[in-house]
Amino acid sequence: MGVYLLRRLLALIPTLLFASILVFGVVRLVPGDVLDLMLSENDYSASTHDTRADLERALGLDDPIYIQYVNWLGDVVLRGDLGESLWRNTSVNAEIAERLPVTIELGVLSLLIALTIAIPVGVYSAVRQEALGDHLGRSFSIIALAVPNFWLGTMVVILPAMWWGWSPPSIIQPFFSDPIENLKVFLVPSLILGASLSAVVMRMTRTMMLEVLRQDYIRTAWAKGLRERKVVLRHAVKNAMIPVITLVGILVPILFGGTVIIEQIFRLPGIGQLLLDSVSNRDYPIITGIFLISGVMVLVVNLLVDLCYGLLDPKVRYDD
Amino acid sequence: MSDTAVSQPLDQSEEMPVTDPADALLQVENLHTVFRQGRRAINAVNGVSFSVGRGETLAIVGESGSGKSVTAMSLLRLIPSPPGEIIDGDVYFDGRNLLDMSEDELRSVRGNEIAMIFQEPMTSLNPVLSVRQQLAEPMRVHRKVKEENIEARCLDLLRQVRIPDPEARLDAYPHQFSGGMRQRVMIAMALACEPRLLIADEPTTALDVTVQAQILELLKDLTRQHGSSMILITHDLGVVARYADRINVMYAGQIVESGTALEIFENPRHPYTLGLIASMPRLDAEEKARLKPIEGQPPDLGNPPAGCAFHPRCPFAKPQCREQDPPLEPYRGNHLKACWVNVDE
Repeated sequence: MGVYLLRRLLALIPTLLFASILVFGVVRLVPGDVLDLMLSENDYSASTHDTRADLERALGLDDPIYIQYVNWLGDVVLRGDLGESLWRNTSVNAEIAERLPVTIELGVLSLLIALTIAIPVGVYSAVRQEALGDHLGRSFSIIALAVPNFWLGTMVVILPAMWWGWSPPSIIQPFFSDPIENLKVFLVPSLILGASLSAVVMRMTRTMMLEVLRQDYIRTAWAKGLRERKVVLRHAVKNAMIPVITLVGILVPILFGGTVIIEQIFRLPGIGQLLLDSVSNRDYPIITGIFLISGVMVLVVNLLVDLCYGLLDPKVRYDD
Repeated sequence: MSDTAVSQPLDQSEEMPVTDPADALLQVENLHTVFRQGRRAINAVNGVSFSVGRGETLAIVGESGSGKSVTAMSLLRLIPSPPGEIIDGDVYFDGRNLLDMSEDELRSVRGNEIAMIFQEPMTSLNPVLSVRQQLAEPMRVHRKVKEENIEARCLDLLRQVRIPDPEARLDAYPHQFSGGMRQRVMIAMALACEPRLLIADEPTTALDVTVQAQILELLKDLTRQHGSSMILITHDLGVVARYADRINVMYAGQIVESGTALEIFENPRHPYTLGLIASMPRLDAEEKARLKPIEGQPPDLGNPPAGCAFHPRCPFAKPQCREQDPPLEPYRGNHLKACWVNVDE
């Protein structure tokens, strides 16, 4: 297990290296140049950098791109320093560190909500196939899949504001000092993000449960005289969860995409909002930093997913 | 979903078992199981009656699709429903009708008084639970065995089914066992509560020939030791000859001949039984003699032929066979046949 973990962690290095080259390069290929943007803004044109070349030099953008990359990579690897914002004199590390907890809480909460809805409903739907509950569960999942979460989010913000003059709170209290106030902010956006995720997970759970319930070992469990509860929860669910876990691993990057939009709608100061601002400002170091951090998170989640297989499936062993 | 049977109200006045229930451990009366496919109904078991005595081994023989497995599953109401449904019949186990029982009562019989072994040892054990977890289940559910005694009992069971080094194997998972060993685990599980009836549904079909013999010997020894009865379902007549006291030959959802192993092999009365015996490979056959298959195909059970279901394939068929379905009647004593023809003629 320890050896396996170490090997997997080492394997993250080349993946991240490749990803960083890609991100570093692609961000700079985006049409529109940060220099043009800055020079068109008043405070910059009035500043000491009166020529474009001066500004370029001041921002460290005059070196060839591979030199910039090597310098940046050196800072990242040696000092864990993701650089400085081109617009503000703040470090990228600080900007991300300030906003990451918001996005992580939103993501984790959405995922928890999605799984809490999806797995019981999916199991129930399969066990009582074609019963009323199954039809309700499947109708919900079709609706949740069909309704885009940016639309749902917008409606949730706009309609109560129009009708009752209420809008969702967006001042975040730290979770550990005031969990209730904290959840008041996160609950609605998490429900909206979680609903669309739960639809996918629910359908997968139902399909896998139906598949598993047809297996010979389920018949064996019945023949032993077990209660339906035991047959389903002990013999079927664990088998059905193996592919569902895989799906959750795949959904995490999609979830990250969802947070970008939802944060914007609910005015949550998370990574998504920072990313959006930075892209429109062409603030390359911040964009690169965010992509790198989210890449690390996706890889770590997938590593966790692989470790979960070991808990579920005895055929998976890590100690070879 | 486990409610796999239609409960027929028991009409005491006319539905009493034919033989004294004290004699037979299991008494099956006029069992009908159908599978519905849209508007079609497949009569997989079509009026089957038989009994199993105490300590007796009954074999049910027939080709694929003859209804033998469905018969076995119907006894414990393990038919997946939908599409399957037991539409008629009674199954008396020690005087109690299994088809009338509530789900709770039936559960206390399953795995406890009647246990089952299935055809596919590779897939009949749960891949994510250890042998210990699976083996202990019936004891926990039915026998309330104390936690501290469970391990000893599990080891004892593994020893009984002759799994070498049981201490080391107890926490292993099914994929770490060979097919034959898995079937031993299945047998150990079935024997956990010392059932009075063991239903073995083609227990050796998926195994190597050498392993087949070991498993059958094991089943024979263990049922004899415990004084259990056994229903052995197989398509292999060779197996039957050696291990069964009585034989039911099934064709198209019906029993076409029933008798002791000796009666069936020495004096088969139904053309289908004759065909089965003729199609067996024999060591004493002359060299290069070809096996004699039964010509034709089994009938479509959604649309069975009129009269005797076997008549389209029967070399002895006469006009009556095309019109009337022959009843299962005594030929001599307890040797029964369902055929209009005297095969000696």
